Amino acid sequence: MKTLTKKNVLILAAILLTFGIVQAFISTGVINSFYEITIATICINIILAVSLNLVTGFTGQFSLGHAGFMSIGAYTCAIINMHMNSTAGFLFGTLAGALIATFVGILVGIPTLRLRGDYLAIATLGMAEIIRVLFLNMEITNGAAGLNGIPRFTNWLWLYVFTAGTIILINNYIKSSHGRACISIREDEIAAESMGINTTKYKVMAFAIGAFFAGVAGALYASYFYFIKPDLFGFLKSIDILVIVVLGGMGSLTGSVIAAVVLAVISTFLQSFTAVRMIVYAALLVMIMIFRPQGLMGTKEINDLLKFKSRKRDERIE
Amino acid sequence: MDQFLQQMVNGFSLGSIYALIALGYTMVYGIIKLINFAHGDVYMIGAYIGFAATTYANLGFFPALIISMISCAVLGIVIEKVAYKPLRQSSRIAVLITAIGVSLLLEYVTMFFVGAEVRSYPKVLSDAAINLANIRINVQQIYIVATAVALMILLQFIVHRTKTGKAMRAVSIDPDAAQLMGIKVDRTISFTFAIGSAFAGAAGVLVGIYYNSIDPLMGIMPGLKAFVAAVFGGIGSIPGAMIGGLAIGVMETLVSGYGNSMYRDAAVFAFLIIILIFKPAGLLGKNTREKV
Repeated sequence: MKTLTKKNVLILAAILLTFGIVQAFISTGVINSFYEITIATICINIILAVSLNLVTGFTGQFSLGHAGFMSIGAYTCAIINMHMNSTAGFLFGTLAGALIATFVGILVGIPTLRLRGDYLAIATLGMAEIIRVLFLNMEITNGAAGLNGIPRFTNWLWLYVFTAGTIILINNYIKSSHGRACISIREDEIAAESMGINTTKYKVMAFAIGAFFAGVAGALYASYFYFIKPDLFGFLKSIDILVIVVLGGMGSLTGSVIAAVVLAVISTFLQSFTAVRMIVYAALLVMIMIFRPQGLMGTKEINDLLKFKSRKRDERIE
Repeated sequence: MDQFLQQMVNGFSLGSIYALIALGYTMVYGIIKLINFAHGDVYMIGAYIGFAATTYANLGFFPALIISMISCAVLGIVIEKVAYKPLRQSSRIAVLITAIGVSLLLEYVTMFFVGAEVRSYPKVLSDAAINLANIRINVQQIYIVATAVALMILLQFIVHRTKTGKAMRAVSIDPDAAQLMGIKVDRTISFTFAIGSAFAGAAGVLVGIYYNSIDPLMGIMPGLKAFVAAVFGGIGSIPGAMIGGLAIGVMETLVSGYGNSMYRDAAVFAFLIIILIFKPAGLLGKNTREKV
């Protein structure tokens, strides 16, 4: 195994280049602070959508509780960061938030992941609702008023590092044998089980990884927008994330990225008409499901569409 | 003891509303295996139609109730034909996501037309109370429970004594076999949606009268709780939905009465997770074995 293959070097160069270009635009003021908020939203949504895609798109476990994990990350990071007002505090808070979210994910996942389809969706929804009510009633989270004045350490650098990191890590996970086990569960759980795959283990693992990155996204959110309250992480937030995953295609990471960008651009244009924005959103969701239920990309990645020749070769090897 | 009985009375009237909504969930789930997320919003629309009928047309309780039920039945059929019928052959997740989409669409279209603000319901029923050995029973509560019971008896009659009801039961057991026997499956499904939505519309009017306030997002929480009630009773089972609805209503009032009312939503969902883990088929549901 060589790490420095030509492909990997190219990917690294592309990642650094994207970072540099946007950073240059921000420094020179081509991208003003209004568009910077859009960029931050896109990055956070990408992390959320990619991590939910691992659970829903790749492992086939329908979760409606992603916002719950996000809120755990957001509150943990906010509370730690308000006591340790430094970049180290921010990073420590992000890590702690993500780990607590993972822990809750495992705790909730072990019993509920025995359920299938609709029942799992409702159980995860219930879990997110319970988390929200707990935050609403706890002393340390300041109840319904929420936490205000969280120090801002999230900038383009951290957003980019975490977003790119999430995509790379989840992509590598999916390409590994663990990832293939997850996909086999999606395709046919009983067949996967009879081939000797410990389905519970892989389902909980996917759920925990999804929760981890949702926690990271929550931490970035709290640190970028100064202010969080429990109502921000309700049922509608979970639906928002799900819409991105479904629009992009369940089982396509690049699809999630594209959908996150497209939806953020749409909602920036519709900023001044909030009511219409939600109607467009909802109509979009129904229409995608009726006319293109596999989403924009289906289960394909963008490089599948770009390189037809190499795909043929891959198929033969598999 | 008096306080406990009082809570039970309040719980029963709230619970019969949940039961009405839960019936729609359970019937639709029984027949096409879909959690109709839009059901809670049909109930919201029912409340608004009742509001319009009583405020602008100056109608009384019963005409408003009937208008709301008929309009909701039509709405239910339209939703089924437009959004769910094209997806009969798609995966369950696709239909579930469509249902969520329809739910959001109803909420925000309503919000667009009537505004997001909370409206207060006109006083259609007197709020006089009967004191029965230290227990206060509201006239409104009597109306609510009586309406709910009457509708449930009507439903039992339709399902068990009519030809359409027989068709509904047949389709819920096996749609393909039912079709082979000459039952019009599509029409039966539409009919199920119509009844379920009519019940939701009735529940909407009752809630409007009971809580005195309605808003476009009022359907989300009761919708989810009614779903919990349906799961608790055993999804697909009509008596189960009634029992489940009453149980959730009583539980909720007990939690708010004796504990902290802030925790009542959490209590309902915690209860749901516990049922799903220990008795996923619900109280009266049938255990189905999985076939490969």
